Amino acid sequence: MTMDKQSSLFEYAPAPESRSVVDIAASYGLFIDGEFAEAADGKVFKTVSPSTEEVLSEVAQAGEADVDRAVKAARKAFEKWSALPGSERAKYLFRIARIIQERSRELAVLETLDNGKPIKETRDADLPLVAAHFFYYAGWADKLDYAGYGPNPRPLGVAGQVIPWNFPLLMLAWKIAPALATGNTVVLKPAETTPLSALFFADICRQAGLPKGVVNILPGYGDTGAALVAHPDVDKVAFTGSTAVGKEIARALAGTRKKLTLELGGKGANIVFDDAPIDQAVEGIVTGIFFNQGQVCCAGSRLLVQESIQEELLESLKRRLSTLRLGDPLDKNTDIGAINSAEQLARITALAEQGEAEGAERWSPACELPSSGYWFAPTLFTNVTQAHTIARDEIFGPVLSVLTFRTPEEAVAKANNTQYGLSAGIWTEKGSRILAVADRLRAGVVWANTFNKFDPTSPFGGYKESGFGREGGRHGLEAYLDV
Amino acid sequence: MSDHVSLSGSAARRLSVFKTYKLYVGGKFPRSESGRVYEVTDSKGNWLANAPLSSRKDARDAVVAARKAFGGWAGKTAYLRGQILYRVAEMLEGRRDQFVREVAEAEGLSKSKAAAQVDAAIDRWVWYAGWTDKISQVVGGGNPVAGPFFNLSTPEPTGVVAVVAPQESSFLGLVSVIAPVIATGNTAVVIAGEKSPLPALSLGEVLATSDLPGGVVNILSGRTAEIATPLAAHRDVNAIDLTGADEVLAKELEIAAADNLKRVLRPQPVDNVVDWTADPGTHRLTAFLETKTVWHPTGSLGPSGSSY
Repeated sequence: MTMDKQSSLFEYAPAPESRSVVDIAASYGLFIDGEFAEAADGKVFKTVSPSTEEVLSEVAQAGEADVDRAVKAARKAFEKWSALPGSERAKYLFRIARIIQERSRELAVLETLDNGKPIKETRDADLPLVAAHFFYYAGWADKLDYAGYGPNPRPLGVAGQVIPWNFPLLMLAWKIAPALATGNTVVLKPAETTPLSALFFADICRQAGLPKGVVNILPGYGDTGAALVAHPDVDKVAFTGSTAVGKEIARALAGTRKKLTLELGGKGANIVFDDAPIDQAVEGIVTGIFFNQGQVCCAGSRLLVQESIQEELLESLKRRLSTLRLGDPLDKNTDIGAINSAEQLARITALAEQGEAEGAERWSPACELPSSGYWFAPTLFTNVTQAHTIARDEIFGPVLSVLTFRTPEEAVAKANNTQYGLSAGIWTEKGSRILAVADRLRAGVVWANTFNKFDPTSPFGGYKESGFGREGGRHGLEAYLDV
Repeated sequence: MSDHVSLSGSAARRLSVFKTYKLYVGGKFPRSESGRVYEVTDSKGNWLANAPLSSRKDARDAVVAARKAFGGWAGKTAYLRGQILYRVAEMLEGRRDQFVREVAEAEGLSKSKAAAQVDAAIDRWVWYAGWTDKISQVVGGGNPVAGPFFNLSTPEPTGVVAVVAPQESSFLGLVSVIAPVIATGNTAVVIAGEKSPLPALSLGEVLATSDLPGGVVNILSGRTAEIATPLAAHRDVNAIDLTGADEVLAKELEIAAADNLKRVLRPQPVDNVVDWTADPGTHRLTAFLETKTVWHPTGSLGPSGSSY
């Protein structure tokens, strides 16, 4: 069957999720000490829908004075919050988890509008994981004595948290849930392109009756984040984002007593051996690099395929990519949504052009891009060598670089030949090979015969320049305890 | 030191044989490539030895040795690492008197106080020898994920660790910072206390005869700042323990360490003098461990077929 016949056979009618479940206000303030407030200097910025460039709302932009006010509010709240019995803190977190479940459709639509990712993902991945994360850490709040950090482990104080735009609400959950469970109070800065779900979370805190000042939300740009992590009364800094910014933060915190955890970039290798089940591997490769338009720090952005099956695998992969549906993120059948911002689109575009310029072979399925918004077609590069920029730099977009290997030793050497060490994938039917290769990969998360799986109980974080510290599981408590 | 010795009579004093103190790098005992030495004295200012004054090049050579040793050491079974660490304690027990003398001279302690330090240091090797095959179960384990997956978190060594050994505790403090680093499979480049490096340099001789593979521990003497600065900036060093760095140096090293995001173990605050005899806990072990989490589908065996 030709491609044309296939696509006409599988023609879909539009199936958009209703936008009416979410009510976005024309403007939002900063959330400090339980109240929404304008920025001290009155600054605001606009947040747009990346799929249409429609302005969604105007949001207050926090400056240094606002950071100071928020940290003071968090400090004031810390005394009572940390003194609450763990079982009471737990109940607040359970309430938050439940309210997130109740409002999950609204939040999923909101996140899709503000971020550009498909509703399929926000509805089936982001939101269930957000609620699960709060449930998980709620349960820890009154069990910290048994977490392996000695009796009565103490919270650190005020946590300054800076999160990225790729999983806005999920990253908020990864930061806030363990911080509150352990008795800290937080000041969180969402990314400038995706502030809305964090501001809706502020409303969830209100509904849950969370004491004022325990959670403070400060939308803003990089300078807001820099002011937050540099504030002298912050005891703990948690950052998820680029490796370059992570290094700046590490330098800024040198010589202080602030505890730091960093979850940074990656260039994950997805290794496919000649005995791998091809169809499953293809699904895993697609999940690995096209989930969330490849804007995932643990994306499997380097495909390492054993030379003997390269042709067969690539043929299968290309056929599969031709069936991916790119378009309206609110459509329930959409696989590939919009790139989060014009800036990110420019970066992806530039790196892909560099890949071509350096001699790699570029391929994309026939794919019509919408006329407005930020879009990038799923892209595959073959003939990639380790020296190519697209094999070394994190692209953070739907671009897969394909390299080959002959022996398991070569696969491991190539997989580890990176400054990063966040994720890796292994596809083979041979159990001992999985274990041997997993053992030698220098990466914090190894997915064998699967990819991009997440769970609140499962520690996540990197080796080398992908950062340090773990989020999730019992391990995730350590970042917020004085141990 | 008296150099005038009568050769007649049974009470004649014998001229002792001095030891040339040398570095311990890659299992060998080189002098500093710079050819430099510095005078080491006891607490009263009496000459004890000329210790190697290590250069930046010595530091880099030590990193090469430590990197080369890493794969083999990390790949050994935890049981074998425990056996070797225990062997270090055995070797030290046999040279106890030597270390009591060296520690007494280095720290100006009475013989009994120095003996207490050395005994505690030997016991510390035994403590960490026992940890090698237990820490994985204490900090790792299965994770009950909400799906049909086998999911296991395991600690792994970070890699090459630069260790700025404590300045005030020339042996017990030294052992307390080296043993936890190597117990888990890391390799170490250790900067001995600047003023009192001799117990550290002698420890190299013990390690060399304890079945510890060459390069797992590398010991440098000299100016702390001169050696630590290139180590903190070195791209092939994965972590740094700043215990023996003062406040100003520690900050500089931490800034340099950010260039490749080394794991940094900060020194205790100055008003918090470290009691090296206290229970060490596990934090020096966990500071240089990474957690690796491996997922695999569990599938199913039912008549409906495999789920993957």
